[in-house]
Amino acid sequence: MSAADPGTLPAPRRPDRIRDDPTVPAALPGQGARRGGGSRRAIGRLFRSELWLIFGRRRNWVGLAVLCAVPVLVNIATKISAPAPGQGPPFVAAITGNGLFAALASLGLELPLFLPIAVASISGDAVAGEANLGTLRYLLAVPAGRTRLLAVKFAALVVFAATATLLVAFVGAVLGLALFGGGPLTTLSGTAVPFAEGVGRTLLVCAYVTAMLVALCAIGLFVSTLTEQPIAAAIATMVLTLGSEIADAIPQLSAVHRYLPTHYWLAFGDLLREPIAAGRTGPGLLSALAYTALFTTAAWARFGGRDVTS
Amino acid sequence: MITAVETAGLSKRFRSGQLAVDSIDLAVPEGSVYGFLGPNGSGKTTTIRLLLGLARPTAGSHRLLGARMPDAAREVLPRVGALVEGPAFHPYLSGLDNLRRLDAADRSVPPATARARIDAALERVGLLAAAGKRYRHYSLGMRQRLALAAALLRPRDLLILDEPTNGLDPQGTREVRALLTEVARGGATVMLSTHLLSEVEQVCTHVGVMHLGRLVAQGGLAELRAGTAPRVEVTSGRPGAARAALADLGLAEITATGDVVTARLGDTAIEEVAPALVAAGVPVRGLRLLAADLEELFVSLTGEGFDVSG
Repeated sequence: MSAADPGTLPAPRRPDRIRDDPTVPAALPGQGARRGGGSRRAIGRLFRSELWLIFGRRRNWVGLAVLCAVPVLVNIATKISAPAPGQGPPFVAAITGNGLFAALASLGLELPLFLPIAVASISGDAVAGEANLGTLRYLLAVPAGRTRLLAVKFAALVVFAATATLLVAFVGAVLGLALFGGGPLTTLSGTAVPFAEGVGRTLLVCAYVTAMLVALCAIGLFVSTLTEQPIAAAIATMVLTLGSEIADAIPQLSAVHRYLPTHYWLAFGDLLREPIAAGRTGPGLLSALAYTALFTTAAWARFGGRDVTS
Repeated sequence: MITAVETAGLSKRFRSGQLAVDSIDLAVPEGSVYGFLGPNGSGKTTTIRLLLGLARPTAGSHRLLGARMPDAAREVLPRVGALVEGPAFHPYLSGLDNLRRLDAADRSVPPATARARIDAALERVGLLAAAGKRYRHYSLGMRQRLALAAALLRPRDLLILDEPTNGLDPQGTREVRALLTEVARGGATVMLSTHLLSEVEQVCTHVGVMHLGRLVAQGGLAELRAGTAPRVEVTSGRPGAARAALADLGLAEITATGDVVTARLGDTAIEEVAPALVAAGVPVRGLRLLAADLEELFVSLTGEGFDVSG
């Protein structure tokens, strides 16, 4: 440890410099002169750091690879032996007609279990993981700001949910188109739309699936603020998801079905009708929005006042 | 006196009902090196968590660098470097990436100079060569150094360090002490919790002693030492005569055990004792000054030993 030359360090900054006060000349190059400019950039930095934490981790790469295995499997299996029309999981029989359906079939297969597992483990890790490592106390002492930290973490979870969905759809579509070809897409209503619109519809489905998963991110984030055990938070989020799916399958509970977080998840097929049917996807988006609002608020209320003891 | 850390009746009762911090009034003078002492479990770390706003006090208030916490956390905490309850970083990120993340969380520093800040901090703690290594491969001493680097990421006006030399080898301990002295010489206030009395004697100007959640003593080190007046110890074949001579000299609290007589020196200089004994015809076999012993002082205040975990 050599005695550092104080001249090489940035000049000490007094608190009046710390607030981006426009009357104070920018002390250092790169400092936003406009009020809030530096703060916005700083949010960008923490957000990038958060993304790096998720996407720079090998464990998560393995998880994404597992998600990609399903569309590969679906395509190969369909190539070997295609199910008769109307048989097998939704959309799988249609793959032979248009490879684009492999994306939809893969999403349909992964939405009940694999995608929620991925989202639950990442969102469960969000706060509980940092608490478990002890890094949370250092982030808060910086100070990162509790609301800001939570907002950045939620934003990163949204990016992860979108990435996972798009990745599954992309791998499915590329492989499907390579194996079975593309062309005009026959909608579930029987009419055909041009290939470009078929791609657009697929992206619309991805957006819908992402919205469903974002609601799960919010739930996972809230659970993550309750514990210092990331695995426990992930499992609890998974239990909630599967519990909702089971309750949704019990006819005697039909009165509450539409309030279950997973109830509208598989309604994305309606986006492939001509014209698009909003009878279930509309309420589905509303439900996801409500769950997202409810649980991000709950997470904020819980995290904002919590003693950090780890 | 300007105080860098000031608390008024600060208290924390855990949900279990245990009163971890019991109405303490800390006063850490600006520019001092304040040793925050106490046996393990006496409430030091909980106090530090309260100071940094990681936990909420049950009662009382506090100010850091003159600003009321937690209201001014966003303005004040960037000026405070902290090490709380040991180092905590992401194990699969390098030391450099871990510091990048903490720097990214800080809204008050310009991103453009991040690398310069991080390198300067790593250089100061002698970790620059191992910056690219993953944290999980760091030794305990390297982890402690990285935590210190995080505390020194930018110029600070106050450092709150919880057992900063824990886990360091003797060489590292010396380096850290030198670093603290250097930081203090630069005008910053250093508050360090420790149970190593030698550390206190070497670097601290002020001391606060915690016991069972209460602040049982606080003040300048010299002032506290003065509270335990030095004593003189005389060994003589005629202890009775020695007693009488010491009493004639005006010394108080005279006690005799066998051949050994001790007395409180008070205002009498040690140099006056020998001539007085000789003048009284007391045969002196030994004469020795019993200096005020910090360890005795603290044991008398807290009733237990200090170095439980070294």
